[in-house]
Parts: sequence; structure tokens; C-alpha cells
Amino acid sequence: MTNEAKTNDSIQKSDDGPRVITYRQALNETLRTELLRDENVYLIGEEIGVFEGSYKITAGLLKEFGPKRVVDTPIAEEGFVGAAIGSAMLGLRPVVEIMTINFSLIAIDQIVNHAAKMHAMFGGQVNVPMVIRTPGGGGQQLAATHSQNLEVWYAHIPGLKVVAPSTPADAKALLTAAIRDDDPVIFLENLGLYNLKGEVPDGEQVAEIGKAAVVKPGTDLTLISYSRGMVTALEVAKQFESEGVSIEVVDLRSLRPLDRDTVCASVRKTSRAVIFEDDLLTYGIGAEISATIGEGAFDFLDAPVRRVAAAEVPLPYAKPLELAAIPDAADLIKVIREVLDATRFER
Amino acid sequence: MPEVIMPRLSDTMEEGELTRWLKNVGDEIHKGDVLAEIETDKATMDLEAFENGVLEKQLVTAGTVVPIGQAVAVIGDGSNVATSAGEPNDAKKSAPAESEPETPESAAEESAATQSTEHEPEQSESTQERGHASGPEAAPAPGAASRALRTSPLARKIAREHDIDLDSVTGTGPQGRIVRADIEAAIAAGPSAEAAPAAAAQAGPDTVEVPINKIRKVTARRLTESQAVPHFFLTNVVDAGKLISFRKDINESLAASGGKVSINDLIVRAVAVALRAHPDVNSSWGGDKLLRHNRINIGIAVAVPDGLIVPVVQDADRKSLGEIAKTTVALAEKARAGKLKLDEMSGGTFTISNLGMFGIDEFTAVINPPEAAILAVGAAAPVPEVRDGQLVEVPKMKITMTVDHRVLDGATAAAFLRDLKGILEAPLTIVL
Repeated sequence: MTNEAKTNDSIQKSDDGPRVITYRQALNETLRTELLRDENVYLIGEEIGVFEGSYKITAGLLKEFGPKRVVDTPIAEEGFVGAAIGSAMLGLRPVVEIMTINFSLIAIDQIVNHAAKMHAMFGGQVNVPMVIRTPGGGGQQLAATHSQNLEVWYAHIPGLKVVAPSTPADAKALLTAAIRDDDPVIFLENLGLYNLKGEVPDGEQVAEIGKAAVVKPGTDLTLISYSRGMVTALEVAKQFESEGVSIEVVDLRSLRPLDRDTVCASVRKTSRAVIFEDDLLTYGIGAEISATIGEGAFDFLDAPVRRVAAAEVPLPYAKPLELAAIPDAADLIKVIREVLDATRFER
Repeated sequence: MPEVIMPRLSDTMEEGELTRWLKNVGDEIHKGDVLAEIETDKATMDLEAFENGVLEKQLVTAGTVVPIGQAVAVIGDGSNVATSAGEPNDAKKSAPAESEPETPESAAEESAATQSTEHEPEQSESTQERGHASGPEAAPAPGAASRALRTSPLARKIAREHDIDLDSVTGTGPQGRIVRADIEAAIAAGPSAEAAPAAAAQAGPDTVEVPINKIRKVTARRLTESQAVPHFFLTNVVDAGKLISFRKDINESLAASGGKVSINDLIVRAVAVALRAHPDVNSSWGGDKLLRHNRINIGIAVAVPDGLIVPVVQDADRKSLGEIAKTTVALAEKARAGKLKLDEMSGGTFTISNLGMFGIDEFTAVINPPEAAILAVGAAAPVPEVRDGQLVEVPKMKITMTVDHRVLDGATAAAFLRDLKGILEAPLTIVL
């Protein structure tokens, strides 16, 4: 693997400050940077080479790095995830693209029973330093089987890490961290985020996996979300600001490990909590957060923790029905108002 | 045709005031629905329906005091409703379904809409009608003498910290839940529902029993605690001449902007400056340790019509004189209006009590535990003094510090008081 010369140019820092780029571009650039930095990193998945990825995340990489570093596979998720696990055990650092999280179910035995378990079951003799990048989420009229948010399935499993960046900057910093992490990491993307633009600092950015971020400080209510839900959460928080309600917005960023301290510290301050998730309500991320708050901040709650989540239905294809099933800003605003009213918040 | 009677809601209750109807004549009623609010000698509570049906009659108007056992409403099948004839039909159609388990269809209907936790029984008004009858909280307790109060965990915690009897607090959250705002109102307002009805019972011809309000209860308890503290007292006499003319100068220059600084504001600021130089004094007794506070929060004893309240100027050492003046005016106004918020009267690390405006020359104040000291400020009274062979009139002000000997020793406290005197006598140092 022969990219040493290039490595030096590409890691040069620019003095121009952060650039505004899309989430997609941040992922693409980070993959390229890591491919250049470490010859053990390689990409594998369906349509990622010649076709440059179903969502163009791997654009240009086959041309630059060749077919040994950017590996096109047949439509066989169990096979290529298994191959990636084996190569990771032998020291490579595969970054797998599964076209959508819905298709990861075909590989779930590899992920849950092999990647997640190897390190513990072999007494620490092997690591599986693998990343599975995969987008979830509905709202694109892709119908029920292609619109799910299955991250909670993986967030349930010890041995896996699950990260869910909501901004281009976090996409870069968390993907870099995930690739350099020695455990298997599910890297959750979202179809609705790929075109999101944001400032991305130049140079090396490595996030700490397992840390949530208070992205907007506030005093009156804690609003917790992650991934695409953050876009709506921030929009709604801003809107309430103009009414004199100061909402603290917490971006979970990592679903496993979960940063319970940041969540509880915020609720201890605000005494009100609402969780906004694109995923289903029952047994969801919100349920885990709600329990966390009950355990860590019970005495500070002035109202029950509320969750705003998707309708408990296979997501409909028809646009009006799809929109009705996915939680939106109006649903979130309604619930926040109910919590404020229930605690006699004076505006 | 079951009648709804005034229930016994507390051991001592003999009658209740029906303060508000929550259901109107013609409304469909399910077992467990709250028909009205009843104010008893203890608290405001819900009057729940024990029957399904339609509210046919309201026998009393809101605001009526009704003895226990007297009927206040009639629930029937809807045939005797005088008004709104259209609604009872709907009631008939849907009422039987309510007592049956939820059907798969209705479950599907419910989930067709975007889900949030709003169908939690205590959350939503609209789901009261739908789900409440089967919820655990709906089970009516006929004749129950007491029932669990709905209280948010935070409200419960604050009530515990401030010795507030939850029974005496009226909840204004959903279904009468007591929330933080209610406890804060109870703390700030003083006289509670508990105290009022028992008023003016005569204990003897020449003595009248005055019920104790919340503030007095807390005052009594806190200051009794304070008696256990080994105190000592230090007094200093301050030449207030420069302080008074300094204030005059400031106020003249502020006159255009409408601002005003009081002697007390100057003392607050001076104490804060002195505490910064004497961090030992800004401490409190922590049982088995001393707690040294990094923030300097000065409590100011304020007389209110029904007691004494100590609002706190937070971070007084980091506030300018102007900010302190604004803060104290606002706090005193809020204190008198009973509108102080909890965080505006907690967290104090040192208290100042000023009775100068009453012409008191000097006094000793009782420590506000767990603080280590309190400063009692007397009036600046003119005293004759010989200066350069001339007899002059000098305004002198006596300041007396009460000190917790467990936290501070005489020399430490004396050094603080000496420096405080120095600052007050050279008031330019106050603004440094």
C-alpha cells in the first residue's frame, strides 16, 4: 500500500478556519483521510466502488485507492460483514457500508453473535476493530422495509459501540474515532442528514465515543435527541427561545456507551425533560433515557418525562401517511407546551 | 339515580367548599372522573365520580360550603338532563365500551396517530375520559379519610427541605398535582390554607390565639437551632461620615438616571469586599467539617407583614454597587409581595440585619444557620468628638457581629470586623 507521499499533503492543516460542507462530504473526506493515514483501513460494501455508493459517500475513492482498498461485494450482507470481521481479527480496519440499516438484519448474526462477542469470548486475545456505516431513517417514501431506525437493536448489545452524529463536524470526528477504535462500532447515518451543511474544522478531529454534548444550553427544559432528530430539536428550541423559554438541547451522539451523566446533570438543572426520537416509542431510546432520568434525577423532576416518537406502525409509503407517522416539530412543540403548562411555567 | 355526596376527605373535615365544577350538566361521566374541586380545612381535593352515566344536575353552585353527606350532584342515564339534549345519545353509544377491555381495533386507532406518552393517565385531560376508568389511580375510595397527594418529586424535595407540610399546599398542576411553583408560592406567601380556618379561636378572655404561618414556623425552627450554636459577639464603632457623604455624591451623580444607592447597599458591598479578603469568615459549620464557600452570597433580613425573610444577593462581591442596589430593591419588593423564588432566598453565606432605620443604636442578631456569622447594623447617630481642639459632630454607627465559635475564633472574626470598619470609613475602597 503506497500512499505515504500523499499522506503528508493531506494532513496539512489549513489556516482558513472551519469550512462549511455537507454531512456527505465530511464522511467522504474522513474516509479518504483515514485511508491515507493507515494502510490497514479499507472499505467494503455493495456498490461502493464503481457506483461510488448508493448515497455517493465513497465518491472517487475507488479511483484513488484501487480495488484492494475499496472492495465492491455481491449483494450478500452476511458474507461481507463476516469477511470484514475476519479481516479485523487479523489486524485490518474494515469500514463496512451497509446500504441501509434495514439490510443489516441479514448480517445481524455476524454482528451480534460474532463481532460483538469475539473479544470477550476469546479472553481478550482478539479485537474486532471494524466500523459498520449504515444510514437509517424514514421520510423518503421508501416504504416500511427501507425506512426503519433499528439502532436500538444494536445499542442493546454489549460489545458493540453505537454512535449517531447529527452534524457534519461530528460525522468527521466520530467517524475518525470509530475507525481508530478497537471495538466494532455501528456508525449510524441518516438519509435525511446527508445534505445537511455545517462548519467542519480542518485538521485532525477525534471525538471521544460515549460523550453526549449540550449543544444549546438552557435553564427551563431539557430536550434530548440524536441523529436527525437533533435538527428538529434545535429548530424547536430556537422557536421557544423567542417566547422566553430557555431549552437545553442535549445531543446524545453515542447510544452505546450512553452518557447518562450529561443527561442527568441537565435534568437536575432544568427539572423538565422531553425526548425526541425518529424511532418507535415502545422499548426505544427514549425509554432508556427516561429510565436513566428516573434513576439519576428523580428528585429533581417537576413533571413526568415525556417522549415524542414515531407512530407504532410499519411506516406507510403514501406521503401524507408517512408524514403523519413520523414525529415532527409540531408534535414536539405540543408536548413541550404540555410539560411547561403542567409545571405552571410562567412565560 | 345516584346522588353524589360531599365526601369526607380528611379526618378533621366537617364541611367542604365546592370551589369549582369541572363537569357540566349533560357531560358524560365515567367512574373516576373528577367532577369538581373541593376545598377542605386541609387542602383542595378532587371530587370523583363513583358511577358511569351523565351528569344530570348540579345541586349547588360553585363557591357553596356543603356539609359532609349532603348531595351536590345527580348522575343518571341522561334522561333527566335539562340542557343540551344532543349529547346523551353519544354517551349511550360509547359508555358501555369504556368498561370493556380495549379492543384490537381501538388499539390500532390509537396508534395510528403519532405517538407520544400523552396517554399516560395523569398526563392529559382528553385521555381522562378514555383511559382513566381502567387506570390504577381511578379506583375510587369511598369514604376514604386520606388519599395520596399528587406531588412532583421536585416539589416533594423542596417541601422537605423547607419543612412545608404538603397537606397544606394546593396543587395547581394536572389533576391537582403539587409542582415546584406551588411549593415556592407556599414558601413565599407565608400564611397557608392550613392556618386560616383555625384563626381566632379564643383561648382566654385577654389572650387571642394567633395561628402560626409558614414563615414564623420556619423562623422559629431555624432560630431555635441557632441557639445551640456557641456564640460570641464583637462590636465596632464606625465613623460613618464619609460613608454618608459618599452615598450623597453617588446619588447626586445617579440622579439623572434615576438610580439610587442606600447605606445598606454600601454595607452589603463592603461586607462582600471584606469577605473576599477573609475567606474563613465566608464559611459554615458542616457537622464534621467546615464548608468554605467560594461564592459570596449576602442575605439581607427583610421585614415582611407576617414575618422575616432573608433574600440573598448572589455573588455580591462580583456585582457593582449599582447592580447591588437594583438587586436589593427588586428582592425587597418581591419579598413584601410574597413573590420571592426559592433560589432568591437560598444559598446565603453571610447575613446582614440592619435596624438603623428604626433608630436602634446597636443590637445583636441571631445567626442564620448554618452560616458562620451575622452582622447587626445600628443607626448612624451623631456623637460629639474633639478633633484638632474643636468639638465636632460625628455620625457613628455601631456594627455588631455574632459569630459561631465552632467555625471562627475571636482573632479571625476581629480581623474581619476591623477591615470592614476600615472599608466603611474609607468608602472609596468599596468600589474597588
